[in-house]
Amino acid sequence: MTITYREALRTAIEEALRRDDRVFLMGEDVGYYGGTFAVSKGLVEEFGEDRIRDVPLSESGFVGAGIGAAMGGMRPIIEVMTVNFSLLALDQILNTAATMLHMSGGQFNVPVVIRMATGAGRQLGAQHSLSLENWYAHIPGLKVVVPATVDDARGMLWTALEDPDPVVLFEHAGLYNREGELTLDGEPVDLHRAAIRRAGTDISLITYGFHLFTCLDAAEELAQRGVDAEVVELRSLRPLDTETFIDSVRKTGRAVVVDDGWKTGGIGAEIGMQIVEEAFFHLDAPIRRVCRAEVPMPYAAHLEQAALPQVDDVVEAALHLVKPHV
Amino acid sequence: MTEKPQARVENIDRDRGHYLLHQMLRIRRLEERCADLYAQTKIRGFLHLYIGEEAVAVGVIDALRDDDAVLGTYREHGHALMKGMSAESIMAEMYGNVEGCSMGRGGSMHLFSKEHRFFGGHAIVGAGLPPTVGLALADKMLGRDRVTVGFFGDGSVAEGEFHESMNLAALWQVPALFCCENNLYAMGTALDRHQSQPDLHLKAASYGIPSIQVDGMDVLAVSHAARRAVAAIRDGSGPQFIEFLTYRFRAHSMFDPELYRDKAEVEKWKERDPIKNLTTYLRERDLLTEQEYDELDQSARQEVERAVEFAEKGSLEPVEDLLRFVYSEPEEDR
Repeated sequence: MTITYREALRTAIEEALRRDDRVFLMGEDVGYYGGTFAVSKGLVEEFGEDRIRDVPLSESGFVGAGIGAAMGGMRPIIEVMTVNFSLLALDQILNTAATMLHMSGGQFNVPVVIRMATGAGRQLGAQHSLSLENWYAHIPGLKVVVPATVDDARGMLWTALEDPDPVVLFEHAGLYNREGELTLDGEPVDLHRAAIRRAGTDISLITYGFHLFTCLDAAEELAQRGVDAEVVELRSLRPLDTETFIDSVRKTGRAVVVDDGWKTGGIGAEIGMQIVEEAFFHLDAPIRRVCRAEVPMPYAAHLEQAALPQVDDVVEAALHLVKPHV
Repeated sequence: MTEKPQARVENIDRDRGHYLLHQMLRIRRLEERCADLYAQTKIRGFLHLYIGEEAVAVGVIDALRDDDAVLGTYREHGHALMKGMSAESIMAEMYGNVEGCSMGRGGSMHLFSKEHRFFGGHAIVGAGLPPTVGLALADKMLGRDRVTVGFFGDGSVAEGEFHESMNLAALWQVPALFCCENNLYAMGTALDRHQSQPDLHLKAASYGIPSIQVDGMDVLAVSHAARRAVAAIRDGSGPQFIEFLTYRFRAHSMFDPELYRDKAEVEKWKERDPIKNLTTYLRERDLLTEQEYDELDQSARQEVERAVEFAEKGSLEPVEDLLRFVYSEPEEDR
């Protein structure tokens, strides 16, 4: 069955609301507006205002309230409109949700799911185009997942809701309209294993989220040039399934990491360093990173596109490693 | 919405008078001992003492049921003790022992007890307020008649989270009691130097929350106000707010040289010591003999000494366990 990423998410939320009375969705404009990205369209009519709870523009307040509700026995899904605004709630996410279990000596877990849109590409300028997945992935106590496929968009929410600890789920805004083939029956999916989305022997393209598709397109182009690329989708940024990408690099001997965030201190740096630590002697070439340019995101389309990882950038980086003298 | 400060309340009997006095003495003696132990370097990190403010925790938490929830700040030893946590578990926590209420992971600022529904111990000013709203929201959504009480200082009223939380609490009519412990200083900045409107209860009132100002040095006034508020909340009438006018006699923390206030001001407030205040009240009515006072005080001191002894004999968690509790452990591993 073909379904959009948005529909997959909506189905997941709807199923969760039916399955468990403790589940409720709260966030800015999730109710009568239908969700900023129309993910929750129609749900308030079916489930009512209590369970599809519109909130005031108080990110710290409603995220913290969701954390409290989770500690009080509920299973909230908190929708923070975008990662850009989540900075207003960062204190609650880091200092309360992520620390609570440890700080209380194992007494208080926080079973909350926080969903947020991320990413650029729609000419929204510097304040609406951030990708800060690495900020959250830096924090012990959180789990950070990044569904890219429709199966994951549908299945990860279920697994996240069953998790006793806080899970942050990033949805790249460029994926909502993307269609995909639903291969699973909507059951919970494993959250912590990276996936080999395309097997190959010459080079590993390691990525997460939206750039899974950048990398798959790049792999097609590389195939036409005689390079057999393997595409590794991380799926989860914390915990990070190092085993899968390390195995891939040991096999191919080359790696390009494609990261939607800024290069300095980013996920790409972490992946690269893990490879150095675990697979250094298997490398036949230096590691390359394809990341967002280190600027606040400009509005003009040509500049924005120039600032984001593109298929051509990935192809070029890969060719440089495979055929350095061409 | 706003009521005048409560006047002296109805007469109380001997037993209740003794009970309230004993609770305040338990907190006072525990914390005096903590200060000693800090000087001896048995307790480290930050230590914020509640001395002078005991009437607030005692009067409010006394009005609660065991299944009601309490959230405090980093000045929460008294609240934890009053909520039923043992002096042993609190002292052991300050020693960093594995027998501590947070297994030595929290320290003075992060006391927790699931059993007693004491949800911390929050050391980011104002950050306990959104979870207070959320805990109360969960009770409301699950149809339970429990009350959640959040304590916070005057400093937190300047935080955005305070205003966000008041708005949410009023909007959703959650069963929460907000207790502002206005001790006139946000750390070292005087109230009139950090608040454009120093009548803090007016801010909650502006969100439509029934809100009063109460003498926080008078445990009987605190108790009266808290009982009324808790009863109203439990009856389903939504959140309530009480601003307690109080004062801390000690420095903000053990590192504070108190350059920002006069000794004379501190002495003046000490005349209104809540323990002396209640003692005088009971003595004037022949409800307390000198011997009875000594017995209550001795009992409090002995409890504290037992706690110190417990902590002295305590043990440390093995370093191999450092990474435990970052994530929940599977049931079978616990």
